[in-house]
Amino acid sequence: MNSKIIGRIGIYAFLAVSTAFFLIPVYIMVTTSLKGMPEIREGNIFALPLDPNFSAWFKAWSSACIGMACDGIRGGFGNSLKIMVPSVILSVALSSLNGYALALWNVRRAELMLGLLMAGAFIPYQVLLYPLVIMTRTLGIYGTLPGIIAIHVLFGLPVLTLIFRNFYASLPTEIMKAARVDGAGFMQIYWRIMLPMSPSILVVAVILQVTGIWNDYLLGLIFAGRDNLPMTAQLNNLVNSTFGEKEYNVNMAATILTAATPLLVYLASGRYFVRGITSGAVKG
Amino acid sequence: MSELNIVNLSKRFDNTAVFENINLSVREKEFLVLLGPSGCGKSTLLNIIAGLESPTSGRIEIDGKDVIGLEPKDRGLSMVFQSYALYPTMTVRGNMSFGLQVAGLKRSEIERKVEKAATMLHLTELLDRKPSQLSGGQRQRAAIGRALVRDVSLFLFDEPLSNLDAKLRSQMRGEIRRLHDTLGVTSIYVTHDQVEAMTMASSIVVLKGGVIQQHAEPQTLYDEPENLFVAGFIGASPMNILKGRIAIEAGRPVAACTGFQVDLSRYRFKAPPVAGQEIALGVRPENVCFGEAGGTSNTGVMARIDYVEPLGADTLVWTKVGDEAMSLRVDPREARLDRQTVPLHFDLDRLSVFSRETERRL
Repeated sequence: MNSKIIGRIGIYAFLAVSTAFFLIPVYIMVTTSLKGMPEIREGNIFALPLDPNFSAWFKAWSSACIGMACDGIRGGFGNSLKIMVPSVILSVALSSLNGYALALWNVRRAELMLGLLMAGAFIPYQVLLYPLVIMTRTLGIYGTLPGIIAIHVLFGLPVLTLIFRNFYASLPTEIMKAARVDGAGFMQIYWRIMLPMSPSILVVAVILQVTGIWNDYLLGLIFAGRDNLPMTAQLNNLVNSTFGEKEYNVNMAATILTAATPLLVYLASGRYFVRGITSGAVKG
Repeated sequence: MSELNIVNLSKRFDNTAVFENINLSVREKEFLVLLGPSGCGKSTLLNIIAGLESPTSGRIEIDGKDVIGLEPKDRGLSMVFQSYALYPTMTVRGNMSFGLQVAGLKRSEIERKVEKAATMLHLTELLDRKPSQLSGGQRQRAAIGRALVRDVSLFLFDEPLSNLDAKLRSQMRGEIRRLHDTLGVTSIYVTHDQVEAMTMASSIVVLKGGVIQQHAEPQTLYDEPENLFVAGFIGASPMNILKGRIAIEAGRPVAACTGFQVDLSRYRFKAPPVAGQEIALGVRPENVCFGEAGGTSNTGVMARIDYVEPLGADTLVWTKVGDEAMSLRVDPREARLDRQTVPLHFDLDRLSVFSRETERRL
């Protein structure tokens, strides 16, 4: 009995430390963003704000200076949305169709395709940056919105296709046979039978893509072009500017604002996320 | 309503043959059962007929037209699956309408056909339920309904009853058979359950290891199994097999076994019996009786009673003849468990004789 209690204590101690590891930085970010600069200069970063207010947040959103422009990071927010929404829709749609085809139809050289997809999913994308720059430039989409969207879709496809393929491969094959005997074709089966069975895995894919694309910095910086810089790139420009005083409260607020979107998506659908992962893995 | 011919059909996966050179004809309105143990290739054969898998070589003709290479929908057939394979996100109505919608029928016509099939299968109350809200038997009826609404000339059943419990299974057996009699649609039914095969089929094909063992009507299959495998596979308790040799005594063939002889003069040999040939003598449990029969039919078999299995309507008595097991199906009042050695006799009109070398019926 005693050893059990000690074990419990150990578990909770470990959990508390792990939680603190992630929560302390969040705590510092939130408190600092609510302080004024004089208070921050005193250096008590763990102290609660004496006079909490959101002025730094408003400044970060709409009037902080990034380079010459003093419009805050709201422009970046819009850019990120413009990049993310079509990228997520396109990559999820294409990869679910891909996964369905690979899992349930006799695709010639499907094994080879899967092998290539695995490779595609695990090659670090930095390796491909230079060739991709050349390719997009040749196609005339370098530094444009369609360019960055195409890049995100391409990088999303391998992993998402694998996820969808595994999900569809776990469904009972007889459903597929029944639909074929019923006379349905490739798209009819996909649209009317398979897609209605996949909401959980769709949620998983959407969350993965929203998080990945929103948090992306490097691809956005390289391929989006000056007018479409995503929020992450603008955040970096704001935080790393060497001009004038470092406004830690504004920086913290801008960071929280940037991280808020994937966080909200996750909080709203985390339940489905967990359910989707397990149902894809074990359910028949 | 349709006739099916399978000609020299072979299927190989890599280099293992599932079956080779299968030839089979299914007559119009027939209810053909493909019966065999698991792994005998019966489901693969059905999938190939359906067009869900392609054969390595051979022809399949439906009403004289070669259908190899045609999609399932172009073969004019529908199929019922073991796992029911209902579309889980659709209601029963949706499941039944799907094929018709895909075929581009008018809404009113779909409605009419679904209602008609639902009435026939007592599904009307369940039309707006999802498969997850149905019991096993109801799901199976919905799956049959889905096969039924489409005007097809061939029904394929892939072990449709094996997920049901025993009582429901015997009820559904009757329902499927009645449907077949009403609609008269040619049906091919795959099962590993010999009771299903015997009760439903108008003819049975026994498959083993990808080879057709026998194709006959149920009673013929039971009475005159073509080989030792069929003899052992058909029948709730298998046929008793006794080892012996052919002898000719006073011009009449007899089976000489250890310790006794069985008169074979009433057995219809396919070829004249040869003295000394090693045989296996097959006797169904219900064709064995206690006691000595008079006259020439007395076989002089002595058996030691081992144990009994009461089955309700009758009782199976297991005995030992020499060191070979022998079962008798007797009236429960006749059953005895006194571990005595008693005489038995056989119904000499109901014997089967197999060659031990080829395992085929002589």
